[in-house]
Amino acid sequence: MKKNKPLVKLNNAGVYRDEKWLVKGVSLEINKQEIVTLIGPNGSGKTTTGKLILDILKPDEGSVTLNTKKISYIPQKINIDWAIPLRVIDFMNITSKLNKSKIVESLGLTGVDHLIHKNLLNLSGGEFQRVMIARAIAKKPELLILDEPVQGVDFNGEIKLYNLIKEISDKLKCGILLISHDIHFVMSSTDHVICLNGHVCCSGTPNDVAKNPAYIELFGETAASAISLYRHDHNHTHNEDGSISK
Amino acid sequence: MIFDDFFTRALIAGIGIAIVAGPLGCFVIWRRLAYFGDTLAHSGLLGVTIGFILNIDLSLSVFVISGIIALLLIVLQKKTKLAGDALLGLLAHSSLAIGLVFIAILTTIRFDLMGLLLGDILSVTISDIIIIWFGGSLILLVLFYIWKSLFAATVSYDLAKAEGMNPEISNYIFTVILAGIIAISIKMIGVLLITGLLLIPPAMSRNFSTSPIQMMLISIIGGILSVVIGLFCSLEFNTPSGPSIIVTSLMLFVMSLFFKKGMTIVQKSKI
Repeated sequence: MKKNKPLVKLNNAGVYRDEKWLVKGVSLEINKQEIVTLIGPNGSGKTTTGKLILDILKPDEGSVTLNTKKISYIPQKINIDWAIPLRVIDFMNITSKLNKSKIVESLGLTGVDHLIHKNLLNLSGGEFQRVMIARAIAKKPELLILDEPVQGVDFNGEIKLYNLIKEISDKLKCGILLISHDIHFVMSSTDHVICLNGHVCCSGTPNDVAKNPAYIELFGETAASAISLYRHDHNHTHNEDGSISK
Repeated sequence: MIFDDFFTRALIAGIGIAIVAGPLGCFVIWRRLAYFGDTLAHSGLLGVTIGFILNIDLSLSVFVISGIIALLLIVLQKKTKLAGDALLGLLAHSSLAIGLVFIAILTTIRFDLMGLLLGDILSVTISDIIIIWFGGSLILLVLFYIWKSLFAATVSYDLAKAEGMNPEISNYIFTVILAGIIAISIKMIGVLLITGLLLIPPAMSRNFSTSPIQMMLISIIGGILSVVIGLFCSLEFNTPSGPSIIVTSLMLFVMSLFFKKGMTIVQKSKI
């Protein structure tokens, strides 16, 4: 039996808009220190599911139970109007009250502390993404939700970012939900993969999902053979289940 | 007493309005609510008429009517699929029209229509000053209280909502205080031009600012300058107060554009 309640629990949740179900029958759980990856094609309801978890959208059926208030969210897209003169330092404190040294420290973790006084509009896509992540970590959340965090980040950056996410999970002991459209590339440290296509098409460990017939049907054989197990360090290899063998 | 002079009264009232309009106007620009502000202001005329009919304080009736129109808009937005700007136009012009029809019917009441549309410094009384400074302080207090949540929601609604900032509540409250500033400034600036005082000083200020707080402070300074210079011009050239203030703020805005251009040239020459 588990000692703690899950951070968030979706029970058969669905969202109905404009005469159709955006997602339906989604059940999932995110626990402390757990990394859950949500994958699926475009329009499969990944972001909608994220918003359900975050209470941005209310479920039209089923239920969502959120057991934490310490949440950090990295949305897929933020459009900041030119009219708002917003520096990185202002943005870091947008939903929290941190002193400057904390802010510098967090920005340092993602390697962008030199940008602290820059206007957000003058950052490149990759820099902006790092600032977003730094802001999310600075809040020391119990639940961290990242919607397509590697967008606009090159391959090397992507690996670094995944390592960073793993580090965050180890250090903050928070639950992490990673939303990704990249079906070929699921973090090896993911505990649980949920494959979404308007409903939960299959779920389990990365390896279970890759072998699942529903997954193969949805994405094809090549995708299935390519899933999971990226090598984030070269001094060891991964077993099929993601565990490490020297 | 200094309040005996109508011009001093107008100055004190105008400065009060400018101090409140600066921060609120920043949010109006940031949230792209320019036309929303216009709609509230146009409905203000209806508020004035109703105030006359019921014989209650005009600021109060304008505040109530603008507030109702604002809430009506939010309800309509949820109920119909009509685009936001069309809805705003619908409400703005129909409430203005209803107001004008009422004024035409009420032949028994002497009405200075131009004064209501364009503002009239002669009409500012001591009780107006009290309403402006008292109501204005209240508006700023409320804004200060919801500032964090409102600003987070302005940058990203989803982010604010996800991280527990209650953006819906602060959105509603902001709508109400926006109706409040329109109510207290209608006599001074006039129905047609209030949105100008909300928008132009912040637009000017944006050209100088690097942070949100800075933008608000410079907007306040710009607003005060517009009011003071505008009122002196109004007195000197016998022009209506509202337009004089807005023209002054426009000039400040144009000057800020040149300043910005100058800064860019200086920065380029350094490289």
